[in-house]
Amino acid sequence: MNKFLWPLIGFVVLVALLAVGLNLNPRDVPSPLVGKPAPAFSLPQLGAPDRTFSPKDMLGQVWLLNVWSSWCVSCRQEHPVLVGLAKRKTVPLIGLNYKELRGDGGVDMDKVDPASEKVLAEQRAAGWLSKHGDPYALTAMDLDGRAGIDYGVYGVPETYLIDKAGVIRMKHTGPISPDIFSGKILPMVGELSK
Amino acid sequence: MKRWLTIFALALGALQPGGLQAKEAAPRAENELTEKRLIAISSELRCLVCQNESLAGSNAELAQDLRREIRSLINDNKSDSEIMEFMVSRYGDFVRYRPPLKGTTLLLWFGPALLFAVALVALVRYLRRRDKALKDAPLSAEEQRQADDLLQAKKGQP
Repeated sequence: MNKFLWPLIGFVVLVALLAVGLNLNPRDVPSPLVGKPAPAFSLPQLGAPDRTFSPKDMLGQVWLLNVWSSWCVSCRQEHPVLVGLAKRKTVPLIGLNYKELRGDGGVDMDKVDPASEKVLAEQRAAGWLSKHGDPYALTAMDLDGRAGIDYGVYGVPETYLIDKAGVIRMKHTGPISPDIFSGKILPMVGELSK
Repeated sequence: MKRWLTIFALALGALQPGGLQAKEAAPRAENELTEKRLIAISSELRCLVCQNESLAGSNAELAQDLRREIRSLINDNKSDSEIMEFMVSRYGDFVRYRPPLKGTTLLLWFGPALLFAVALVALVRYLRRRDKALKDAPLSAEEQRQADDLLQAKKGQP
């Protein structure tokens, strides 16, 4: 009896560790940006290229920054949730279009000059929004992905919850499911809006 | 036969100067130092898209962007630790293949040594106990008789 007790305990511990470890999502990398001020950028707006958007424009409000792109498949998955959120006007939603052209593997960037990149990206992004619905108060165009790097974007879609003081309070990587929205994001929005 | 032809064709290709490596991005001579540093730094960093590849080896879109970013930081005369800091402040300690030594990583760093020490102590204790058990167990009268019989039988054999 005693002879088998310790190996048995060891085995149970190993199984428990594996059960926990293997069920963790390796994509869930904790962002060091949570609790830090949202990195600054100033990027042209979709549909109004002469106007720019900067996160500091949103100071005093709780808002969501959603990183998306027309080539991103999971963005389509979360889109209905975002459209629903925009309809209810619970929280302002700003879009950050991430590498509309350069991120799309199907586009040969050698054949696109900078001027036509802007035009093409606008067309594609606007086309996608008119097809699937536009939940964004506005979308900033991050053509080269520089702003994305400052935000630690590594897999679109990503969503940041930013408080009134401009501090990132939450980051969600991957599509927002209705559960995540109502269970994780909404309660925090309510708390921060107080 | 077909296999030999393939091997022959491959060998022929290898003989051509630069034939097979034509697509490999060779470090440009004028900033060889930059490229060397870029490779050294990016080998220490994890590509977040394909997590088991280093930033140096990954072909993912993001990895290319980040290498470009690191290259420009090198050209701005930033030190290696400043560049590391740039990456860690955006993507967290997770991007480093060698996580820093701090409270939350103590177990990660010393866990294996700890496990080894525990195993070593257990082994020593087990061996001692066994040794003692062997020494302290004299044969019973019956066992002694059996042993003598066996030894006798052995002697009787040619």
